[in-house]
Amino acid sequence: MRRFAALVRRDLRLSLRAGTDATTAVMFFVVTVALFPLAIGPESTVLARIAAGVIWVAALLASLLSLERLFANDYEDGGLDLLALSPLPLEAAALAKVAAHWLVTGVPLILAAPVLALLLDMPAGGFAVLMASLALGTPSLSLIGAAGAALTLGARRGGVLLSLLVLPLFVPVLIFGAGAIDAALHGVAARPHLLLLGGFLAAALPLAPIAAAAAIRQALS
Amino acid sequence: MALPDRMAYLTVAMHRFANPARFQRIATAILPWSAGLTVLLLAAGLYLGLVASPADYQQGDTVRIMYIHVPSAWMALFIYANMALASAVGFVWRHPLADLFCRAVAPVGAGFTAVCLITGSLWGEPMWGTWWVWDARLTSVLILFFLYLGYIALVNAFDDPVRGLKAGAILVLVGVVNLPIIKFSVDWWNTLHQPASVSRLGRPALDPAMLTPLMVMAAAFMAYFVTLALLRTRAELLNRRIQVLQMARGAS
Repeated sequence: MRRFAALVRRDLRLSLRAGTDATTAVMFFVVTVALFPLAIGPESTVLARIAAGVIWVAALLASLLSLERLFANDYEDGGLDLLALSPLPLEAAALAKVAAHWLVTGVPLILAAPVLALLLDMPAGGFAVLMASLALGTPSLSLIGAAGAALTLGARRGGVLLSLLVLPLFVPVLIFGAGAIDAALHGVAARPHLLLLGGFLAAALPLAPIAAAAAIRQALS
Repeated sequence: MALPDRMAYLTVAMHRFANPARFQRIATAILPWSAGLTVLLLAAGLYLGLVASPADYQQGDTVRIMYIHVPSAWMALFIYANMALASAVGFVWRHPLADLFCRAVAPVGAGFTAVCLITGSLWGEPMWGTWWVWDARLTSVLILFFLYLGYIALVNAFDDPVRGLKAGAILVLVGVVNLPIIKFSVDWWNTLHQPASVSRLGRPALDPAMLTPLMVMAAAFMAYFVTLALLRTRAELLNRRIQVLQMARGAS
């Protein structure tokens, strides 16, 4: 547990010191969402109708942005070999890196989302569900993405390939995440959607690190 | 038999079939039969489906799309399940043949999935009045298609072919989550796509006059898949052998 925390701290420190990952993801999120009113037009009824979907798609793409480098830096400078040799199981190491990635990219997205929802004229009744659905959904995105990032280590055109592999697997999270907000806005219970999101997270939490660790072992062997 | 014994026995049995030379022999023995069976069943199925079977009282002749659409949907799922099984076997027992099989059949599965989507679209236009709807089953089959494409892209993305195959095996196992979603999507969500009408045990909702050609076509597709899988796995084996020879020549 101490080693796990140390690894999380190291990754957090690295990305905060470089100062790019966290801000790029949020900036990308904000700019992408801001494009929609420009392209679709400023009618608030239309914007309010599509707000949930737009915010979710933008959050999904934003968390995909930095995933490519999740293991790649350590893979290139040999740090991943040391992690594989350390007494910490590789599964736990993968989970620690996912946790750091989520703290750096996922949490700012959740905090920025209500502001964007305001810009898109989403009724205030959806804000709590919006943040709850992102809080349950973005960790799943990071987890599934980590498995994809580990699979594409050392591949040609890894970044494009990563999105091709991971986006189909993101679809359930997207459906239920946006569905929860739509349900809340239409006065239907959002709880079933949120429960499904939670179930998805509960399944991804133990399984995705196993897949990621298996893929890392393949890449290192 | 105690469990370790049984595992050992299973491992030995698996290794016997994973021996490439033995596979070559078995494949050569089966291929003419499965190829012949494909031709016969396909001819019979097409005749039964397109000529001998009755038109639907509501859908008219468009119902005949079913004889292509439904079997290719079954094959799309069946091939993915096969790939997942082979990946698991390759992962546990490290059989090179299992990974090669996966790589060999992935384009076939993608092809069946594409046929399923295209015929479904052609069927949807006259029946539902639209080429495409974002219905649960259609969407999940589309995702299956993307998974196939992702697998093919991943396997070919590495300079070291073995690394690509191993990464692909993990991806296939991760993507298995989608299979039950496709299978049960029409039961879980009440959508435009009709629920399953064949697999209701005992009393299929389909008239025997339509069920027979459908089953013949399904058998034909299955025989076609076996033929292609054997042919393509054999080609992959030979391809691998050429690569090894070339590498040996390059090293010397």
